[in-house]
Amino acid sequence: MKLLTLPPKGARKDYYKKQFLGSNEKRGILWSIVVYVLLITIAFIYVYPVLYMLSRSFMSSTDLLDSSATWIPSSLSLRNYVQAIKTMDYWNSLAKNIYLAAVPTLCQVFICSLVGYGFARYKFPGKMIWMGILLLSFLLPTQTTALPNYLLFQNWGLMDGSIKPFFLTAILGQGFKSVLCILIFYNFHRQVPWSLIEAAEIDGAGHIKAYFRIAIPLSSAAIVCVTLFSFVWYWNETYLIRQYLGYGATRNNALTTLMIELNNFENSYATAYSTASASTTSTDRLNDAIKMAGTMLSIAPLMIMYFFLQKQFVESVDRAGITGE
Amino acid sequence: MAGKKNKNPHDKHHLSRRTLREWMYGYIFIAPWIVGVCIFFIYAMVQSLRFSFSKIVFVNGITFQPLNYLWENYASVFVNEVNFPTTLGSFTMGLVLQLPIIIAFSLIIALLLNGNIKFRSGFRMIFFLPVIIATGPVMNQLTAQGVASVPMMSAASLANLLGMLPDFLANALTELFNSLILILWNSGIQILIFLSGLQKVSRVMYEAAKIDGASGWESFWKITLPNVRSIILLNAVYTVVTLATGGTNAIIDLIYNATYTATKGYSYGMAMSWIYTAIIAVILLIVFLLFKEKSDRHVKYEQKRVTLR
Repeated sequence: MKLLTLPPKGARKDYYKKQFLGSNEKRGILWSIVVYVLLITIAFIYVYPVLYMLSRSFMSSTDLLDSSATWIPSSLSLRNYVQAIKTMDYWNSLAKNIYLAAVPTLCQVFICSLVGYGFARYKFPGKMIWMGILLLSFLLPTQTTALPNYLLFQNWGLMDGSIKPFFLTAILGQGFKSVLCILIFYNFHRQVPWSLIEAAEIDGAGHIKAYFRIAIPLSSAAIVCVTLFSFVWYWNETYLIRQYLGYGATRNNALTTLMIELNNFENSYATAYSTASASTTSTDRLNDAIKMAGTMLSIAPLMIMYFFLQKQFVESVDRAGITGE
Repeated sequence: MAGKKNKNPHDKHHLSRRTLREWMYGYIFIAPWIVGVCIFFIYAMVQSLRFSFSKIVFVNGITFQPLNYLWENYASVFVNEVNFPTTLGSFTMGLVLQLPIIIAFSLIIALLLNGNIKFRSGFRMIFFLPVIIATGPVMNQLTAQGVASVPMMSAASLANLLGMLPDFLANALTELFNSLILILWNSGIQILIFLSGLQKVSRVMYEAAKIDGASGWESFWKITLPNVRSIILLNAVYTVVTLATGGTNAIIDLIYNATYTATKGYSYGMAMSWIYTAIIAVILLIVFLLFKEKSDRHVKYEQKRVTLR
């Protein structure tokens, strides 16, 4: 009886081995353990700095020195945030930053969609040359062209700390990482079945109409993907934004972004709390907790946006086919 | 559109008019970009080359003065800028070491995320986090706090291990271990690009390979890798470009500082950035030669055969 219910000893060993190590048909337990350990470790690496920032940002200056409170602050003080908000002139800077990121993003998305469609849909002489220039303009470091552009903007009187240089570059397809946006649209439109557009053209829709009526609605996934990317890129850039705003720009006379404010944090803090910084015993001295609160505040809008849009974001990346064929 | 109805579609004249219209609309669609690229890229490049070969004086606008000899700015960079060659060297070394790690790491993660795992959407949300917050100022804050380095591996214990290696390599490796987490943080977009590329690899091929008795390991080498080869190239280029132009780059700081120092000036800074550009171009060329699709036709043929089965 026993022999009938259980496989012979050799086969049993084989059975367990198969369960553990897996076979060609099914992955074993060992493989799953390796995969999950790896994924969780790396996920932890990504989440750790955010959690660290979050916990630090609530600590009082005594907590920072107290080694027993490494993770959980003894009291949830919002004092750091209040100071960081004052230092960065937060609400004002936030409004300016949203304006500065959103307007060029919208221009960039529209123009890049147009250009990507043009490259994907039409054959015209010189197309290969223009595509080559497109790729070249992505490969060359921005530093080589940054300075002549700076002088150009200055000559045209655009360097008044306003949105003009951002608008102008975005509307001419030369915004931040515009090439990537164009390539995403290019790849996407190449995958669109031509029969749809040809059918519309037979029905009497012109080329422009076909683009607005058919190509744009079809490319919604690419539009979501590029919009989110552009917004993040405009939000996070510091080098070019400082250049476009002009080097004399401060938050009082020009637009600003939270990343620039974060870069200037120490100086701004010294001005905002000038009396406090003089006396070393004061609790108002700049400490890491306040800086962390500032960092948290400057990425918070992106985090909130990502939290609400992450499903669309993940899906659009899947569908937009940013890699092409 | 008006006279279209009367025309015979097989008429040669009609066809050529249609082609002409295609050309015209092609140019209409890309016109804004052409204007932009001519002003902000081609003109700017010519200008910056001119700057680097002349001396600029700002009196009532810009005037160019001839140099003593053609390569004066370039020569003086190497004479005056003590840090430049060493920074450039360590940057190049770091790039060469980081590149394969970033590519391999992001490919592995993308493969795992693309596989059949639980909490897939949760993991994906976390793995896209670097795309959102891996940025210059934030990363600088984190590095200053020591969050962005591996605490277990102290530089001292590594130094023993690396003692036998040549100095420049040992330094680069120490740097690498210290910035391992930063490297992972820099792989956000690459993971994303691999993921979307992997989703295009046809399931049929894997199933056919399985029926033929191929293991997962074999199908990775025979199916996945040839299929993502072009994406590896794309990712490698993207990685080089972002690392080279990113905000946490020491060379860009050097160029920036030189440009706005009174004694050095614009033409000096431009010469520096062209030297830098040349080095990046060489790296890109090597990357391209390494990953370019050598046997494109062969792979396509293989694919077709597998799908036909």
